[in-house]
Amino acid sequence: MRVRLTELAHARSGDKGDTANVGLIALQDEFYPILVREVTAERVKQHFTGIVHGEVERFELPNLGALNFLLHESLGGGGTLSLMTDAQGKTFSTALLRMEIDVTDQEAADLHG
Amino acid sequence: MKQKVRIAAGQGFWGDLLDAPVRQVEGGPIDYLMLDYLAEVTMSIMQKQKARDPNAGYAKDFVPLMRRILPTCVERDIKVTANAGGVNVRGCANAVIEVARELGLGGNKLRIGMVTGDDIMSRLDELLSRGIELRNMDTGEPLSTVRDKIQSANAYLGAWPMVEALNRGAQIVITGRATDTGLTLAPLIHEFGWANNDWNRLSAGTIAGHIIECGAQASGGNCQYEWRSIPNLGDVGFPIVEASPDGTFVITKHERTGGWIIIPGIKEQLVYEMGDPHEYITPDCVADFTTIHLEYEGRDRVRVFGIEGRPATEFLKVSISYSAGFKAVGTLVYAWPDAYEKAQAADRILRRRLDRLGLQFDHVLTEFVGVNATHGRLAGPPDADIPEVQLRVGVRGQDRSAVERFTKEIAPLILTGPPAVTGFAGGRPKVEEIVAYWPALIPKEEITPAVEVLEA
Repeated sequence: MRVRLTELAHARSGDKGDTANVGLIALQDEFYPILVREVTAERVKQHFTGIVHGEVERFELPNLGALNFLLHESLGGGGTLSLMTDAQGKTFSTALLRMEIDVTDQEAADLHG
Repeated sequence: MKQKVRIAAGQGFWGDLLDAPVRQVEGGPIDYLMLDYLAEVTMSIMQKQKARDPNAGYAKDFVPLMRRILPTCVERDIKVTANAGGVNVRGCANAVIEVARELGLGGNKLRIGMVTGDDIMSRLDELLSRGIELRNMDTGEPLSTVRDKIQSANAYLGAWPMVEALNRGAQIVITGRATDTGLTLAPLIHEFGWANNDWNRLSAGTIAGHIIECGAQASGGNCQYEWRSIPNLGDVGFPIVEASPDGTFVITKHERTGGWIIIPGIKEQLVYEMGDPHEYITPDCVADFTTIHLEYEGRDRVRVFGIEGRPATEFLKVSISYSAGFKAVGTLVYAWPDAYEKAQAADRILRRRLDRLGLQFDHVLTEFVGVNATHGRLAGPPDADIPEVQLRVGVRGQDRSAVERFTKEIAPLILTGPPAVTGFAGGRPKVEEIVAYWPALIPKEEITPAVEVLEA
């Protein structure tokens, strides 16, 4: 079954030059392994096609139940060079939460139970 | 030795709530107030101010703030760490001394610490001539490619010069370019006597600083988790670190303030602007965010423990600002019906006119606010009945006159483009000079911080 990441996670994003970072945090500890399994760097790169022009890196923080993504070449030059409304990448967090992932029937039951 | 030290954040950035530091000082017990004033390009603005007026070049807001809180700080022995000095630490310190004297706090009633040595603007050619290339950390380009456009150059100093100022009795420590995290770490080293190779504790103090350096972003501001339930953000309390000698600490806020201190909120701030979580590099240590543990210790109290870190690197980060051309952004609002279609048509007309004028830009960006300005194509197609769409066109280039000419092409669209258009009350868009940021590394031995402690 497919669910939106908003059902499993919250997030905050920021910038460093032309790179946006999105920290994706499991709403409950038991959702973290699902995030690790489904929200791969490759899937995130695909999700942001046309928006993120560089590579996507992923780091794991099991202690916080969180993943950190670096989205390179995504802010129109970054900082003061960028012409974008969101030059600081503040809304990449919720843009990632739009992503849909696959969960098992059991996971779906836990999610909605 | 104190067994608890309370450090309160008073500013998340230069421009944050003016009353927040006052409320931190007056709203309950604290030992230190830390104030972060310097964003990446702030130094260049200050450099320009100083060129016009040798007494300027620091965070002006800091001085009236000191006027408001100094009597209470002296009475309750609250110390202040602030990177308010910008490119004129001495000018800032002198202005605070003047205020202190006016308040009857002159002489040995108040000691002001000054940390300098971060400014390498006048040494750039000498450094480059010795083969210190100051390559851009992001692009790898050598600094020589922008040498004639540089407006400011400062190394990020860490906690230790501030520690020296505190050890020598300073109550107010004013720095130029110092790390945000050092403003919190320095008081902890000073109070607890942490060693300069106690990497776990130095990392703990650094992470404490990271959590509170964005002000209310750790206490309910910009918090996605259950955002509707966050109590009374209108009266939000800024975060406070309550640290112990062993390096564990509690994040809290004053009682009877709004916002909240909850684990999901602290997690959101921990991941903010994070790179590789295994190595959060500062001048003082390399902190490992994968070792952080959080637990509740009561209402609005989150305990942080288990933090480990590694030795600091041999380099300091340098923040260089340089002039990178000009930009302008123009907007117009198109109303129902067919609002999006009209805004798209207006964009095509505008671009045709820019082409015919032969204007050259490095970048032209069109966004449709209400349709795709934040989430791009992920937002999907807009509702056919969308009530209004803002057309937002930005240009960037090296030629100021071309950008200037662009700003004169927006308003004419009202009478010469698609109908049902409005939203031009602000007049022509302003041309902005772009001051861009050039991050680089410099060997630590090239930078010698200087510390002075003055009596008011």
